[in-house]
Amino acid sequence: MKHVNSWVYRLKNNKGTMNIIDQGQGTLFTDPEPDKARAVFREKNRQMVNKVMEVKEAVSTFVHDGDYLGIGGFGANRTPIAIIHEILRQGRKNMGLAGHTATHDMQILSAGEAYDKLDAAYVVGLEARGLSSCSRKYLESGKVDVTEWTNYALTLRMKAAAMGVPYIPARNMMGTDTFKYSAAKLAECPFTGTKTVLLPALYPDIGIIHVHEADIYGNARFRGIAISDLDLASASKRLIITTEKLIHHDEIARDPSSTNIPYYMVDAVCEVPFGAYPGNMAYEYFSDEEHLKEWLTVERDPEAFAAFLKRNIYDCPDHEAYVAANGGARKMRELRAKELLTFTEED
Amino acid sequence: MSDYNDMEMMIAVASRELEDGASVGVGTGAPCAAAMLAQKMASPNLSIFFEAGGVSPQLPEMPISVGDSRTFYKAAMAGSMGDTMEACARGFVDYTFLGGAQIDKYGNLNSTVIGDQKKPKVRFPGSGGANDFGSLCWRMMVLTPQDKKRFVETVDFLTTPGYLEGGNSREESGLPIGTGPYKIITNMAVMDFAPDSKRMRVISLNPGFTFADVQENCGFELLQADNLQQTKPPTAEELRILRDEVDPNRYVIGR
Repeated sequence: MKHVNSWVYRLKNNKGTMNIIDQGQGTLFTDPEPDKARAVFREKNRQMVNKVMEVKEAVSTFVHDGDYLGIGGFGANRTPIAIIHEILRQGRKNMGLAGHTATHDMQILSAGEAYDKLDAAYVVGLEARGLSSCSRKYLESGKVDVTEWTNYALTLRMKAAAMGVPYIPARNMMGTDTFKYSAAKLAECPFTGTKTVLLPALYPDIGIIHVHEADIYGNARFRGIAISDLDLASASKRLIITTEKLIHHDEIARDPSSTNIPYYMVDAVCEVPFGAYPGNMAYEYFSDEEHLKEWLTVERDPEAFAAFLKRNIYDCPDHEAYVAANGGARKMRELRAKELLTFTEED
Repeated sequence: MSDYNDMEMMIAVASRELEDGASVGVGTGAPCAAAMLAQKMASPNLSIFFEAGGVSPQLPEMPISVGDSRTFYKAAMAGSMGDTMEACARGFVDYTFLGGAQIDKYGNLNSTVIGDQKKPKVRFPGSGGANDFGSLCWRMMVLTPQDKKRFVETVDFLTTPGYLEGGNSREESGLPIGTGPYKIITNMAVMDFAPDSKRMRVISLNPGFTFADVQENCGFELLQADNLQQTKPPTAEELRILRDEVDPNRYVIGR
């Protein structure tokens, strides 16, 4: 009995009995406390109600200045571009950003200087295409508070949030400056003595994810790789789904095992055909490499870049206008051929 | 004049490290080309893992992104980043190829910043999946040009762990036991790491280069293996497959 009592005592009064060996000096931008997140999720609507709205309304209702943003997909693959453009059009500022596989999505947000807090895992680059001078200059300006992580670390932080726990242990980042400039802690495992990095749960204020199909309630499904979208969907306090097309709920109900994201997590559903353009949407259209190259080239010239942004974002009322301004249906047919040539080839 | 370029040489050498039946975590560019070449040469049963979730695709062409649709073309699975990295964490992935702006004598890599992290002189992408692969895969390899600016005494920022401060420091840090840098493949030589000190050591010289050439293009003192080998140049078969099948558009191997 004495044992039990002392255990209860420790539990109540000793916040840190686990031996913390070291900790990163980076800023922790979001609160990992699970009971605060539970209080938020408790208030969310669990009813299957029609959540369809225009992108403009979804952003004005659910995305606010200062919000911490998590973006689905992988930079320029199945990324909700329409929402990101609208965030610029509505002039959001001082946002936090999960720089998880962040490529073209971050390039757009850097152009609008929409964020000033960044959890950096993969940032600035567009992979094999090269580095974005716009994102780079913005980070080099010193205007952004940057905390370092890794792609897997940010995935795990969202997984912890999805699990409703305050942190998750992992075995990456140890011994490096990536750890030193993170907000992680290093601790000895109480079971094995193994050193583990403790990654704090990440609950984004707003998550945005693009999918192939969704019904009006937000039951959503995508094809191809999930990247980190299932954890992002679960971890986000508010969630906007953009979908290539709306489908009837009967279609979801006919095949519920294909649902990736269930309605109760979702706050808004926006139908946006070609919504990942100029990125790649698996089985639908390949990325528009010419247009992405134009981005990387034009952003080096401030005047030309301002005109480019005006033409492609600020003067476009919506994503349809953006796609139309860059070749419209004809371009999308080309990109579909590029994607499907691969997938329709004989075995 | 040889009938191949530096990149073709490095890719061919790298591909030979991937034995049949092994698994490798790759990114875009040269590492992906090396894995594709290995599959078409001696290692048809090589398992390729992409960090975004593609497992064992039959790559129809070079991917532009590690998350584009090519990375799960005719794949065994279109999974998630968690699936891939957790497989690495459990010890399923034998090799990975990484790169960076700087590398030091213990194989530590910098792909984050030059200068101050808070207001950097040059900002690079950061870890991405590199620290994860470099921490969790069994053997990390690096493909990079031999250059004094890249091979530095101390990296400006230690993004991805090599052997940290040498000796046992990697294991002592808590990183999985038995993991670490394995081979460094450049246009001039192949290096490994001395068993005790974990310092970079030249084991093989590429045709046309001496140890002095390599040392001259390296910002720290290199060790030299007792039995220095000559690196085998790409064979005609390797070059044909690399040029005709792996990278016909010459995105990676250049013109």
